[in-house]
Amino acid sequence: MAILDKHKVIETHATLLMVLSLIVVSIGGLVQIVPLFYLENTIEKVEGVRPYTPLELIGRDIYIREGCYVCHSQMIRPMRDEVERYGHYSLAAESMYDHPFQWGSKRTGPDLARVGGRYSDEWHQDHFTYAKAVVPESVMPPYSFLFNKEIDGRYVQDVMKTHRFVGVPYSDEMMENALADFTAQADPDSDYDGLEERYGEEAFGRAINVRNFDGQPQLTEADALIAYIQVLGTMVDFSTFTPDASR
Amino acid sequence: MCAKRVTTKPGDVQTTGHSWDGIEEYDNPMPRWWVWVFYATIVWGIGYSIAHPAWPMLTKATPGLLGSSTRADVAAEIKRFDDANATIKQALVDADLTTVSADPNLMTFAQNAGAAVFRTNCTTCHGSGANGVAGKGYPSLLDDDWLWGGDIENIHLTITHGIRNTTDDDARYSEMPKFGVDEILEKPQIDEVVEYVLKLSGQEHDATLASAGETVFVENCAACHMEDGSGDITQGAPKLTDAIWLYGGSREKIVETVTYARFGVMPNWNAILTEDEIRAVALYVHSRGGGQ
Repeated sequence: MAILDKHKVIETHATLLMVLSLIVVSIGGLVQIVPLFYLENTIEKVEGVRPYTPLELIGRDIYIREGCYVCHSQMIRPMRDEVERYGHYSLAAESMYDHPFQWGSKRTGPDLARVGGRYSDEWHQDHFTYAKAVVPESVMPPYSFLFNKEIDGRYVQDVMKTHRFVGVPYSDEMMENALADFTAQADPDSDYDGLEERYGEEAFGRAINVRNFDGQPQLTEADALIAYIQVLGTMVDFSTFTPDASR
Repeated sequence: MCAKRVTTKPGDVQTTGHSWDGIEEYDNPMPRWWVWVFYATIVWGIGYSIAHPAWPMLTKATPGLLGSSTRADVAAEIKRFDDANATIKQALVDADLTTVSADPNLMTFAQNAGAAVFRTNCTTCHGSGANGVAGKGYPSLLDDDWLWGGDIENIHLTITHGIRNTTDDDARYSEMPKFGVDEILEKPQIDEVVEYVLKLSGQEHDATLASAGETVFVENCAACHMEDGSGDITQGAPKLTDAIWLYGGSREKIVETVTYARFGVMPNWNAILTEDEIRAVALYVHSRGGGQ
């Protein structure tokens, strides 16, 4: 065949070979990836999912910094054993504001996708301080230093700006009040009406947790991390959720 | 090491026509079986993409003729087990809790189901052996010292509604005053009453301070903990005369408890577990050794 006879031309020109290979590989990749961005059943909209509050967002950064994802996944697969143990299987929309997502690939510890509200703040304080104190068979290392590291949220607005840049819909109002919202969430005696208005029941259908998460007067990394842990998997109200059967 | 000499002579099989320094390459045909397997995989691939979700279209991918859906699969799988257990679960819900132990079949089911519920939901605080965490406020469920009552009905009520949570109006509730923080007692009075409590529990104590503390105890503590310190399960007031301490029984720990008070919380499990699961785990806990 005439076209196959020309193959020698490609085989003997390294640059041409590379360019043509790249085109072939790109087609394969695009066919697999591009539909995921527009197919309706992969970007299923779910009510209740909201951007993280400033304090939760910083808690999430601490979660990533400490490498929690190395041992904990945040992805309940649609299998009976997982649903019975952890709760409703995870939906793609539940991690739509996670940049990057924390699905993970290995479970040394349990899955954390729905750990929010499952245990009290006091339990988390004991557990982060020294996990073996409450779960003797645990191999989780102690994170007691989190309770000593005070945070003032001076970079929280920048972090939110970065997230907004990659598509998280933080409004201008949310950006302006970032620091105030950051400190208000860990102080139940503060005026947190603005925070509730921006992220809470009226805007997204669920009241936000405003508590002294670490049980100490000062605002520490433990406050942020526990605030983040306590919101995981609690945004979607599954009593009103009807799964689309096409998946 | 060459095991066998190549016996093919030049001209037996066609070469590819390439020659590198006189070395040529035979152009042997592919083994037939390999070629047929290759064709078979192409046919299978086409069939698979028709039977299962595959090709992306404008709004969704082709659903496939077999209607496969992981969501429907997991729902069906859960329903299969629910249906299989429906009769015995209903029997457990209808049964009188105090007489379940007389029905070996139902009791065996409750023990196994209860153990599974316990391992999934309760071990985090009460420990995998149900022995709690001493000094941290997570009570052991193995002993006969019960804060809110250890008979099967009380255990069932505690699990259902929880303790001092804000999510169930029927939760068990009582609140110890913060005697130190709220300045109900002076610091010396606290020291006295703590010595008296140490005396009640048979620990080493200062006899003079303890006798002064008795008055403080009767006036401030006896209403809930009773005059003899035997506690009151209707208010969740712990017995102070034994060696079992929820938050530690040392002098320092008791001073801390009297000064700041304690406020142990347990979730209401009726929000997470079904009635048959609650009953199963109540029977399981009741049978651990401490049940009354």
